[in-house]
Amino acid sequence: MANEAAPALIGTSGDSLREAFGKALSALADEFPKLVVLDADIAGGTGVHHFRKSHPKRFLQFGIAEQNMMAAAGGLAAVGLIPVVTTFAVFCLRAVEQARLSLAYTRRNAKIVASHPGLDVGPDGGSAQALEDIAAFRAIPGMTVISPADPVETALATRAILEFEGPVYMRTGRSPSRRLFGEDHTFKIGKGQIVRDGSDVTIVACGVEVARALEAAQKLAGEGIRARVVNMATIKPIDTELLTRCAEETGALVTAEDHNIHGGLGGAVAEALAATVPCPIEFIGMKDVFGASGEPEELATVYGLTAPHIASAAKRAIARKRK
Amino acid sequence: MAAQPANLQKADRHLTVEGRDLETDLARAAAFVRKHSIASIYHAGSGHPGGALSCADVLTCLFGAELNLWATDREDPNRDRFVLSKGHAAPALYAVGAQYGFCGKKDSLRLRKLGSPFQGHPHVLDLPWVETSTGSLGQGVSVAIGMAMGLKLQNKSARVYAMLGDGELQEGEVWEAAMCGAHHKLDNLCAIIDYNKLQSDDRNDNIMRLEPLAAKFRAFDWAVAEIDGHDIAEILKTFRRASATHGRPSMIIAHTIKGKGVPTMENVPQWHGSVKLTREQAEEALISLGAEHSEIRELLDGQ
Repeated sequence: MANEAAPALIGTSGDSLREAFGKALSALADEFPKLVVLDADIAGGTGVHHFRKSHPKRFLQFGIAEQNMMAAAGGLAAVGLIPVVTTFAVFCLRAVEQARLSLAYTRRNAKIVASHPGLDVGPDGGSAQALEDIAAFRAIPGMTVISPADPVETALATRAILEFEGPVYMRTGRSPSRRLFGEDHTFKIGKGQIVRDGSDVTIVACGVEVARALEAAQKLAGEGIRARVVNMATIKPIDTELLTRCAEETGALVTAEDHNIHGGLGGAVAEALAATVPCPIEFIGMKDVFGASGEPEELATVYGLTAPHIASAAKRAIARKRK
Repeated sequence: MAAQPANLQKADRHLTVEGRDLETDLARAAAFVRKHSIASIYHAGSGHPGGALSCADVLTCLFGAELNLWATDREDPNRDRFVLSKGHAAPALYAVGAQYGFCGKKDSLRLRKLGSPFQGHPHVLDLPWVETSTGSLGQGVSVAIGMAMGLKLQNKSARVYAMLGDGELQEGEVWEAAMCGAHHKLDNLCAIIDYNKLQSDDRNDNIMRLEPLAAKFRAFDWAVAEIDGHDIAEILKTFRRASATHGRPSMIIAHTIKGKGVPTMENVPQWHGSVKLTREQAEEALISLGAEHSEIRELLDGQ
């Protein structure tokens, strides 16, 4: 499955993760008759305008009132429906406590799908860029947290969360996403995937950073460094088995995420390895600062989330290995 | 019983029980709810007596006469749902549950104890009949909104009831829910405010004014009724009127007395809780509530 040649970057498809999610929801609606979609006046932004058009009766408008929407999802689930709460990641933050009590503590079969995470939001600026959502939702007992990397994986993950019984938080994305995977791609909640093999260092990434990690690995290969890339689309429960294998086989790791370096993917990886196979880890992400307006690629450059940043971090991690 | 249509079951119960003097039955049940609440809070060593006593009559009317909900058929998808949005009144809910067969009378005295399903605030995974977990103010009413929307979507005739505290109305989420319930014309939803005028620290008026309260909900396009929340006949009548409301959710503002039934607690904010009742205070409260010595011993020593 994993070899150095694959997967090739298929280039920008112009298809964002939010679009892939919205289309997938529409396509799955007949197969999941209990599915209802909750919106807070940003269906066009989250991709669920597709669902609104295809299944208007199962599209529930809550207005700009995320706390009520989040808790109401608990009520919809309580009477046997599968509610999918949709809004921007930053607005999910204002309803974290509703997700905690009315979805997670009650173990409802409800899904939260958040678009516009991290710097991927771009020009809307720092106020709109959620850098804390993975940390916040990961800290809620029993909450599954997913961040797919490309449109194909997003569609697969959309099906997977509907088949899964229990509360889930999933991040999509705003900007046009690079296609990483072919139609033969698979997705399983709780399983990371080695998308490029290597033996010197492992780059563990999620979301938009997977494409950048692959770029970084290619760059490192030119310098004679063999970097393994893991697409860790499920951040919770984290794939500890795969992480320990990577730590044993490569001896150093880099984590990369469009999120604060505190409490997100990096935190999850560090927790898992500290308890199993401790090894040097370098963290790529927002370094406990807020973002600003700019195009996502410009912001990634300014805040240190690009392929060259990941490649440098990989070298630092390798240098820290025990001699 | 289960074979009958839901609305017939409800009507039948009204008829049969009314024949046996429904209001006297309910008053007796409400007295039990108050005594049981005091006893469980005494055993727990903490809890909120004031708000449990104020909502006892409305809760008893709901479970004793209004809800199409039966302990013997609790998983019926067509059952009415009740959500205690003011989750800190859990002792009263558990006592009502004990009165109407949803849980044991002795078991539910084990309030707030390690290993007991009767947590300080209701938890649906411990006690499925509480329908959802509450305790964080403002959320229960939103959950009830979701239930009402979901039941309508599935063409079910079941109704949803939610009880809110007055202090709870200071949560912004309540007003999000108020807008949402009216917008979606949730006439299968009936909310009740236990309007005892006091909250944790002081009177509502001194913390954050709620008035004009009825006007607020009318402005949000709810069908609003203001009643004496201790007048059983009026409570029953108002529930029936709410059930017949079309196109709008109903809000019953139940004017109540915090600590109702225990003169030393009535209208005293300090009894909002969470408080520790001494043996003496518990006995005194039970005597005010009309308990005989044998009943006091059973409630306080009978575990």
